[in-house]
Amino acid sequence: MNTHLSPVFQVNFPSRYRSGRLARWVFQFSTLLGIALLALLMFTILDGLMGYAAMTDKVSRESLAVDHVPLEALSSAQLLGILQANLSSNAYQTLDNQQTLAELSRSRLYTLVVDRVVKPRVDETWSLTESLFKRDEIFTRVAQQYPDAHLEWKFWLNPKFLASAASSDPLQAGVRSALLGSLWTILITILFAFPVGVGAAIYLEEYAADNALNRVLKTNITNLAGVPSIIYGMLGLAIFVRALQSITSGALFGAADPAGATGRTVLSAGLTLALLVLPLIIINAQEAIRTVPDSLRQASLGLGATKWQTIWHHVLPNAISGILTGAILAISRAIGETAPLVVVGAATFLNFDPNGPFSRFSTLPIQIYQWTSRAQGEFRNLAAAAILLLLVMLLSLNASAILLRNRFRSKI
Amino acid sequence: MPSNRPMVKFQSTASEVRRTSEAISLKKRARPGEALVQAFLFFCGAFSILTTVGIVYELGKESLLFFTSPEVNLWQFMTGTVWQPQAGKFGILPLVSATLMTSGFAMLIAVPLGLASAIYLSEYATPRFRNTIKPILEILAGIPTVVYGYFALTFMTPLLRMIFGNEVVGIYNTASAGIVMGILILPLISSMSEDALSAVPRSLREAAYGLGATKFEVAIKVVLPAAVSGIAAAFLIGISRAIGETMIVAIAAGAGPAFTLNPFQAAETMTGHIVRISGGDLSYNSIDYNSLFAIGLLLFVMTLAINLISQQVVRRFRKSYGSS
Repeated sequence: MNTHLSPVFQVNFPSRYRSGRLARWVFQFSTLLGIALLALLMFTILDGLMGYAAMTDKVSRESLAVDHVPLEALSSAQLLGILQANLSSNAYQTLDNQQTLAELSRSRLYTLVVDRVVKPRVDETWSLTESLFKRDEIFTRVAQQYPDAHLEWKFWLNPKFLASAASSDPLQAGVRSALLGSLWTILITILFAFPVGVGAAIYLEEYAADNALNRVLKTNITNLAGVPSIIYGMLGLAIFVRALQSITSGALFGAADPAGATGRTVLSAGLTLALLVLPLIIINAQEAIRTVPDSLRQASLGLGATKWQTIWHHVLPNAISGILTGAILAISRAIGETAPLVVVGAATFLNFDPNGPFSRFSTLPIQIYQWTSRAQGEFRNLAAAAILLLLVMLLSLNASAILLRNRFRSKI
Repeated sequence: MPSNRPMVKFQSTASEVRRTSEAISLKKRARPGEALVQAFLFFCGAFSILTTVGIVYELGKESLLFFTSPEVNLWQFMTGTVWQPQAGKFGILPLVSATLMTSGFAMLIAVPLGLASAIYLSEYATPRFRNTIKPILEILAGIPTVVYGYFALTFMTPLLRMIFGNEVVGIYNTASAGIVMGILILPLISSMSEDALSAVPRSLREAAYGLGATKFEVAIKVVLPAAVSGIAAAFLIGISRAIGETMIVAIAAGAGPAFTLNPFQAAETMTGHIVRISGGDLSYNSIDYNSLFAIGLLLFVMTLAINLISQQVVRRFRKSYGSS
């Protein structure tokens, strides 16, 4: 090629293009590696989501069979009889008071018999890949190690998991209280961070003159966005949990007994997360407000509207979808936050549902952290199930943010 | 700016025009409502200042209590290699070294991969490929860090143990936490660097092509140097994220401060220590409680300094390329 070029260039050409091709391959590989890592992350979670579990029953199912009819096929009346026969009369009464046992469906009764009488215990669990590819090894291992155990294919993210509170028994443990805790916390966060954040953005974009004070405000918000989340946790611990204990525990409003009051409540957690996401909400809302054309403001002001009327009737309606998009993204960040809530004092073990702002709390990420930190493999499975739930929540939030953004784009 | 497009909406303003035959007063009317709204909005804006003041005040106050207590000596705090609050030994070095090690591993993974993928996305990829990849990287960036912690413990650590042997690699180790942290920071570095590369004016590329440069030479010798300040800012933000990152190290790096440079041994970082100690039953007004705030203060100062430097770098970058 290019015969009219000097020989020096011709000598260089092949090697220059070769190194170019090599580099291109390296760049492309790095990009695809990023995608592969995301896929690997998802795969790791799915891997823990289902698989074989070896379980030993405290009371064997064969011993509960009536007239050679296996436990699974018994009628409601027979199941009720088993419950009555095997539980202490006290325990039976409590159960009967919670829900009239005679009116329960056969499948509910069967679950009750398994939970209260058979009481299976998890010996060991295997991941999906192990269960699929090392099936024979698992079967021989169970036969040798746990002679009384039976193998069961377990899907860890099931309705019972969603409906149960935390428990030290992996088969009984669920995410209900953590999920409710997350919802309560986020509710407080939104109630506080959204109005204050949007208000601050309006002030900075519409009112603030270019003076030293407002420049400090803007720099400060940028810097706050870069503060590690755990520092916010420490702020929350010092201010909300300790200094404002009488408010955050609810003692001031008579919602808690002052003697045993603790500031480690949903309210403290929500406010801490609100401080954390406030800079994000402000920055996103500022950008949304900035995209509203100036001609709208000038036309409104020219017709005699006051500044606030202009903002309320013309600027905000045109910026609202952008503001909401930013707020949703900030909220999804808050939902996934773990470290500040550990510092603020999330309960490590919570077996009741949070029922208001002054309740003690745990959240979904906290629950994941607890389960991941435990040594037993079956809790890892629970963590995987909770992670999938969390990711589904976050993905649907992000998807709604993207939908809003698209609507926003087509409008202006 | 689409400033001369037709107006979209007219709302109630017309109804508020008064139709009176009296002479219109041109005096500025007092509007208490407007003033009230403005005051409220100013308060919202100033709230972030309160947050900063709160952080500095609380960290400073508790740290002061910590440093003035008889058991602590500032010199030993900065140079001591043992952190054992029960034994009255407060040397920050084991926590700092673990933090620097995990962050170092993270940058070792995230910088080359992030920069390479940024160059690919900005210089080589078709718009269609770019528009598919960028949202995926955004998803990667939006996953909560506790999930990465799970990934480190259930995938990365077993992988390292398989490669290097169970005797060499501990169940908890800084290498695994650092590598996964690198994956966490990768999208951040990639997308910030890509923004910097895309902002380089097209004329620079065309001039280089005109002189006979290959695509690779344009990317490496022309575009990359022109975007270097933006890329440096991305790296700095990445380091600051890595230093402040908590859940991955809390789950995978290990509990208990250890002064070691072995990446396959457990060591507790500054953030990991704060989370572990404050997660337990902590009594206020104890030296333990105060020591957490001293660590927090150091963490805050470190990340703030890095963030301020990166802002300076970006400012310089804006000056040289302006709006083009």
